[in-house]
Amino acid sequence: MSTFLGIPGIRRRSDDAAPEGSDPFGPVPHPDEPLRWGEPFPAAAKQTLQDDQLRRKLGHATRTIRAKRASVVGEVPDWEALRDTGSAIKEQVMANLPDLLARLEENVTARGGVVHWARDAAEANRIVTEIARAQGADEVVKVKSMATQEIGLNEHLAAEGIAAIETDLAELIVQLADDMPSHILVPAIHRNRAEIRDIFRRRMGDAPEDLSDVPRELAMAARAHLRRKFLSAKVAVSGANFGVADTGTLAVVESEGNGRMCLTLPETLVTVMGIEKLIPTYEDLEVFLQLLPRSSTGERMNPYTSLWTGVTPGDGPQEFHLVLLDNGRTDVLADEVGRSALHCIRCSACLNVCPVYERVGGHAYGSVYPGPIGAILTPQLTASSGGMSGADDVNASLPYASTLCGACYDVCPVKIDIPSILVDLRAREVDADRGRAVDPWRAAMKAASWVMSDGDRFGLAGRAATLGHVVGGRDGVVSKAPPPASAWTRSRDLPVPPQQTFRRWMAEHEKDGGER
Amino acid sequence: MRIALAATCLADTLFPGAPRATVRLLERLGHDVVFPRGQACCGQMHINTGYVEEAVPVVRNHVETFAPVADGAWDAVVIPSGSCTGSVRHQQAMVCRRAGLDDLAATAEAVAARTYELSELLVDLLGVTDVGAWFPHRVTYHPTCHSLRMLRVGDRPLRLLRAVEGIDLVELPAAESCCGFGGTFALKNADTSAAMLADKTANVRGTGAAVVTAGDTSCLMHIGGGLSRQRAGIGTLHLAEILASTREEPTPLPRVRAGATEVTR
Amino acid sequence: MSAREDVLQRIRAALGQPGAGTTPAGRVGTAPAAVEVPREYRTAGDDAPGSEAVVEQLVDRLEDYRAHVHRVTADELPAVVARLVGELAPVSGARPSVVVPPGLEPRWLDALPSDVVVHRDSPDAPMTAVQLDEMSAVLTAARVACSETGTIVLDGEPDQGRRAISLVPDVHLCVVRTDQVVQTVPEMVRRLADHPERPQTWISGPSATSDIELDRVEGVHGPRTLHVFLPTIDDATGIDDN
Repeated sequence: MSTFLGIPGIRRRSDDAAPEGSDPFGPVPHPDEPLRWGEPFPAAAKQTLQDDQLRRKLGHATRTIRAKRASVVGEVPDWEALRDTGSAIKEQVMANLPDLLARLEENVTARGGVVHWARDAAEANRIVTEIARAQGADEVVKVKSMATQEIGLNEHLAAEGIAAIETDLAELIVQLADDMPSHILVPAIHRNRAEIRDIFRRRMGDAPEDLSDVPRELAMAARAHLRRKFLSAKVAVSGANFGVADTGTLAVVESEGNGRMCLTLPETLVTVMGIEKLIPTYEDLEVFLQLLPRSSTGERMNPYTSLWTGVTPGDGPQEFHLVLLDNGRTDVLADEVGRSALHCIRCSACLNVCPVYERVGGHAYGSVYPGPIGAILTPQLTASSGGMSGADDVNASLPYASTLCGACYDVCPVKIDIPSILVDLRAREVDADRGRAVDPWRAAMKAASWVMSDGDRFGLAGRAATLGHVVGGRDGVVSKAPPPASAWTRSRDLPVPPQQTFRRWMAEHEKDGGER
Repeated sequence: MRIALAATCLADTLFPGAPRATVRLLERLGHDVVFPRGQACCGQMHINTGYVEEAVPVVRNHVETFAPVADGAWDAVVIPSGSCTGSVRHQQAMVCRRAGLDDLAATAEAVAARTYELSELLVDLLGVTDVGAWFPHRVTYHPTCHSLRMLRVGDRPLRLLRAVEGIDLVELPAAESCCGFGGTFALKNADTSAAMLADKTANVRGTGAAVVTAGDTSCLMHIGGGLSRQRAGIGTLHLAEILASTREEPTPLPRVRAGATEVTR
Repeated sequence: MSAREDVLQRIRAALGQPGAGTTPAGRVGTAPAAVEVPREYRTAGDDAPGSEAVVEQLVDRLEDYRAHVHRVTADELPAVVARLVGELAPVSGARPSVVVPPGLEPRWLDALPSDVVVHRDSPDAPMTAVQLDEMSAVLTAARVACSETGTIVLDGEPDQGRRAISLVPDVHLCVVRTDQVVQTVPEMVRRLADHPERPQTWISGPSATSDIELDRVEGVHGPRTLHVFLPTIDDATGIDDN
């Protein structure tokens, strides 16, 4: 048994050998809410930006994976057609969700599976706990899954005396370090090999003492550590990449083989799946199993994909439970613009191309969903607890965590127009604050609106601004401005206004008969 | 052709060189340039900061000012900015609809259909890539995000620049990476913005260019502000200012801060 | 109200269906517009299934991820299998061992050296995971392969066996007939769509991780070595393709 403290919100270390009271590696305090932690984005980013090593790690990792993706996407002649189809299928799924879910349930049940429905995280956690308990399991093996991250399943199971063992290498690193994931695909992207070696040495009970920091050696240490768990586990917990309504088939896409181990060897399998993960027909897999691997790991196909339909007598788990999870998804679905965030297939391509993510890393987003997709998904998923209610909530800062550069939209395999959704969410946050908080931005925007909605007023304002021409002194620039412009001049000069606005020049130019 | 110019609020007030050059360039190519005086701003800043309600009058003013283009009063509207053109094309109608102004939205769409970013106007509508310009300096080009990914101007600006006589055009490493401006992002997330800018200016400095150019004065204000603070000795010019430059009337290199002192190159 | 009813009701509210109440955040959504799904992507490759071009592409992809490829004739196959198995190190005991599914083509084992232990696994007499962990290798057939992605699919039929047998042993020997090789993913999926209920494992290379500094390490939990045999079609020896 491990050091279970019994305090809600304190995450249990999965390692038996960790010395009592030793400092966790994780720089992240254990959040009670996996979708809402830490400071607002600008402050959190300011912190992570100070870590030069982190920026180097992220720069290297995102550049590597961007190049891989670009190369394997470039070799597909019908990539855009696949994106169009993927996007439309997902739109169709959302429009027919009640029917498709009922069909999925019917088909899973017909094949010997048990379907559960969960309104929220607490309900899903309770269902999984009861299933594990019924099997007499005090340990479950886990396939990497965003849905179970989102509901804090591991922490809940720990509080109930059941150890959840993450079997994906990166998730294992994060779990052993008492850390939080910082990337959807590569959760330990913020760790380098030396840190991983130290984490294994201190926290993985059976790590060789002379373990080096060579990635192959580290991976083999994890293989040895987990193999015993796989061979003895009674219960496995997974997520699902796709659920086929017409056949009841579920799909898990992975690389390491830990997924196959979990999905095959234990007697009981519990799969937690967001209600948006559906696709209508088996044939639709021919679209998504082209889009996902190339967008995600930058491979033509990921090493292993497992597909199963209920229970197959004599092969694999003989007891199968599917937990269908809402947890805020219906609130997202109700948003005409934002609902397409539910099309996401969790490939993480948008993180890898995002210039903001590349600098600040995943922890700055304060959610298990970081990056551009997190910036539109997290506030919406937490809408019922205030995630969209304006400046009071930390998640309200997320839609502003983007320059709207559009790189995310370009690479999204299901064409989620993330920039447009960000803009729409900003408007919703602003509207939610109307008549409440005192907002210096609003005053400025209101004044600017009055000036900028009339040519004469704007012309006068421009002329007034030219009076500022003198403030720049000899350099012709302003290097130190009062707030709020000081946020600008901390790292950039401001030009002083010109002696003459364009419209004044143009008036003279026109008077001269258009001659130069 | 009769072409109406939307100068953009930022250039009108702070960077008049860009629209002035646009006028000179188009007149040199034999076109009439009209400046509808009612214009002020396209509304992009309000929209992208979330103040859509406040954006409505701004958008209305823009749409109504340029509505005559829909009736054929002018052949086109040109904007020397990728992001403002993007806002006109992809946001204005949405803002009108959101406010329940369906008629205005329809007008906005009609205006947007005849609105061009400068490089689009030159290459697609006027069918010219060699505009007869002369600019004997080393230049690097930053493709702004909205011109690249919202408008898909592609290599049009580069084709125009390559045809400039005397130019030494050098490639900018990681050119397609955002400079970190992002409108009010530069203020609301100033630290992240500055980190992005640092990488952009490092890449610009590595080219040894005398001038960095782009199709947006806003991004240039950001990049130029960083270069100036670093006293990099590299100036910024809008694409129009390079294309307007001729032997007879050359565009001078901008005054920049370099080393510890101000220089004129 | 049950959780099921509650969630379905919320979805109806989100989709703007009348009388469905609101979502937890108090929202009532709008009905989405009808969607037409375009299908402009390729559903077949330029080259026919089983053609030399697709087989060559498959070989290229397999070798790209360092699988060992053996292009053999029907008659050569048993001997090549025998040589490879004979060279394997025993995991436990003194002799190399190989597990096979119940419906494996018997000829493939004809040439095995007498000191190789052959275990025939079946759903009626399944080996435990621990027993499988002591096997040197597994030998299976396959259902279909896709050349563009280098993917081989097993679907649990008697010539491929339970999923566990092709997972736990460290070496996987897999026989793919050339007429089972198609070029594109849609062609592969459409062959599998005849029996979507079968448990499938799509294999595209040995197991791998890039979780440490994006540095690829091959061979994590699945079999670390993959041998693929590509006997030509006339060697089918009566294997039922259903």
